[in-house]
Amino acid sequence: MADIPIPTVETSPKHQRFSSERFIPKLLLAPSLLLIVIFVYGFIGTTMWVSISNWRSASRDLSISDPVLGVYDRLFNTTRFQIDLRNTFVFTILFLLAAVVVGLALALLLDQRVFGRSVFRNVFLFPYALSFIVTGVSWRWLFNPETGINLLVENLGINWLLNALGLPDFSPAWLTTAEVWGDLGAWLPFLDGIKAQLGIPLAMIPVVIAATWQLSGFAMAMYLAGLGTISHDIREAAQVDGASGWRIYRDIIIPLLRPITISILIILGHVSLKIFDLIFAMSGSGPGFATDVPGIFVYEQTFRATRYNLGAAASIVMLLLVSIVIVPYLARQLKEL
Amino acid sequence: MTATRRISRFSLNRRAFAGGSAALVATAPWLRASAQDATPAGDAEDQLEIFSWWTTGGEAAGLQQLFDAFSAQWPDVEIVNAAVAGGAGSNAQVALQTRLSGGEPPDSWQSHHGAELWSLYVEPGYTEPITALYESEGWADVFPQGLVDQLTFDGEQYLVPVGVHRGNVMFYNRQVIADNGLEVGDELTVDQYLEISAALGEAGIASLALGSQDTFAAPQLFENILLGHLGPEAYGGLWDGSTAWDDALVTEAIEQFGQMLDNVNDNHPSLTWDGAMDLVIDGTAAFTSMGDWAWGHAVSREAQDTIGWVAHPGTAAGFVAVMDGFTLPVGAPHPVNAENWLKTVGSAEAQAAFAPDKGAIPARTDADTSTFNEYMQWAAAGFSEAAVTVSNAHGAAASPQWRQSIFDATTLFLTDRDVATYQEELVFADEDAAAG
Repeated sequence: MADIPIPTVETSPKHQRFSSERFIPKLLLAPSLLLIVIFVYGFIGTTMWVSISNWRSASRDLSISDPVLGVYDRLFNTTRFQIDLRNTFVFTILFLLAAVVVGLALALLLDQRVFGRSVFRNVFLFPYALSFIVTGVSWRWLFNPETGINLLVENLGINWLLNALGLPDFSPAWLTTAEVWGDLGAWLPFLDGIKAQLGIPLAMIPVVIAATWQLSGFAMAMYLAGLGTISHDIREAAQVDGASGWRIYRDIIIPLLRPITISILIILGHVSLKIFDLIFAMSGSGPGFATDVPGIFVYEQTFRATRYNLGAAASIVMLLLVSIVIVPYLARQLKEL
Repeated sequence: MTATRRISRFSLNRRAFAGGSAALVATAPWLRASAQDATPAGDAEDQLEIFSWWTTGGEAAGLQQLFDAFSAQWPDVEIVNAAVAGGAGSNAQVALQTRLSGGEPPDSWQSHHGAELWSLYVEPGYTEPITALYESEGWADVFPQGLVDQLTFDGEQYLVPVGVHRGNVMFYNRQVIADNGLEVGDELTVDQYLEISAALGEAGIASLALGSQDTFAAPQLFENILLGHLGPEAYGGLWDGSTAWDDALVTEAIEQFGQMLDNVNDNHPSLTWDGAMDLVIDGTAAFTSMGDWAWGHAVSREAQDTIGWVAHPGTAAGFVAVMDGFTLPVGAPHPVNAENWLKTVGSAEAQAAFAPDKGAIPARTDADTSTFNEYMQWAAAGFSEAAVTVSNAHGAAASPQWRQSIFDATTLFLTDRDVATYQEELVFADEDAAAG
């Protein structure tokens, strides 16, 4: 075997120290680094400070409160914030589940050689380009119990049919119901101190539908990109081995899409933990805070009630929730580099 | 896998974007100084810049009446109308706070009276006292004492009231009441109301229309009930600490609140106050407890003949004032014009011209009300006869913190109807506000 000459670069450490190659990247990065340090981490720090301060009126007061975590104690004892945390978890879980399932289903269907494939791809992705405010307002009209889908159901004669079968009308109150389905507190006695009813607020379901409508197209696009990377050789090999179409999906394609699923969960997960605009436009706080989320709580406590410390504390809790999702992901990414 | 690599870079971008927006939210209070660039800086010209949230319909017309009255006396001064749209000043107050903390006040701005005036403007030191103007113009004698008390802090006055709305009015559909063989007199007691309500309930008609999508609507209903059950004096005491929130009378008022909510329109979470008034106009519901502005809505729907009015049950002796007025800023760019503006808006002529357009009554009890319609004359008479009290739903009774706590507790009560918890929350809100 003949030696293959490996091209090597002569590097002398002494020479490199003065070369512009080392110096210029740092110089170029410095401004943006400085801006990020001030405008991201600096303000996170300031928010933390406000969250343990006595600033709770229009006049600024940055003295530290006593006890230091008194504001957080107050925050977690507020019924409304307990409800907000419950709503965030319910919304995040239902929404991620729906977005992944719908996105994957659409991607698998569009991955076939269907007619007008690129048209459908764009149709499903299009809602992603809309503002959450637009989505929120449109879906608020659709889910208005008097003028929305209930009217459609009535006019289509579905209620007439149901009545004929001896069943009651299908006319849910959608966004205006204060009903909470289930109560975890009744099953788990150690949750007694929590004043919020730990169940699924039914008014949240229309919001989940609207969010899924908007963002499942994004999940679909991600899955389509992932499907494009799965080699046809693998499918063919499986077919040669006699695997059914269902098995190919269950045991080969979906497991290979795992990294995509994780990316989707993380991207959509942090969107849903921080959601504000969609819910604010669609239902606001809702009856009995059925659709209230920490984002709305922060806005109202800070700018309406001028309780800056409470608003800042709730912001920090939101930051921590998002960190739980983002930090392990970033750590993994850094390891891969 | 190239796709994953590309995707992960994409997600990093998203993260950087998210971080940026989080920082923006976090810095919002500090951004005020830069936001003032949005308003044109008045140079040394002879101007008067007036800040308000009166941008539409009757409100804008009323403001124009005030401008006309000012121009008639000082024709050389150019008036700059710095109005910001948004219901009840929700957006305007944020914009104004931005300008004030940036040290760029307008020459005068619109404010409610009471706690909002105190905690947003007087205490942070944005307004000058105008006690001298009160003396030179003799205003203390023409505004009701109860009103002057609510804009006086440490013996100094800080606001010139222009127009007043009554917040405790029960509007009803005359036809619905007559059709069911019922009767509403000049005054209505709580017991009479509940009897009527029960009769309507049997007939399958919602007695009370509520629009709880407006967060102020239910708290306003509750404060009217409190006023009716406690009387003006004890009701006022709730806000200055002389009446305790754990009083048995408050418990009874909460129970009454619950009774009134028993026969309310089912769709109240999806309606705003005007939607609730529409139900009364259309005859779907019989009553709605709202302020003067609902009368303006009835007029715009040409329902003057259908709609009757009476003070909210049991509150004939009280007048819940929702008032607008103007202030004198610290460091006004044109202080002489600003003082002249306050003199203008405090004059009987300007107030008499302003009120009909705005649908309010003049804050001066000596303004000419002879040209007012029947409803406005009734409201004006109530203003000079009844005890003027504060409204929490409209920011006058309690600090913004306290008000928010009461709003939140009321939102919960609307669905859980738990009297004891509601009262506990109200007591806590009071203690929390007193703790500063």
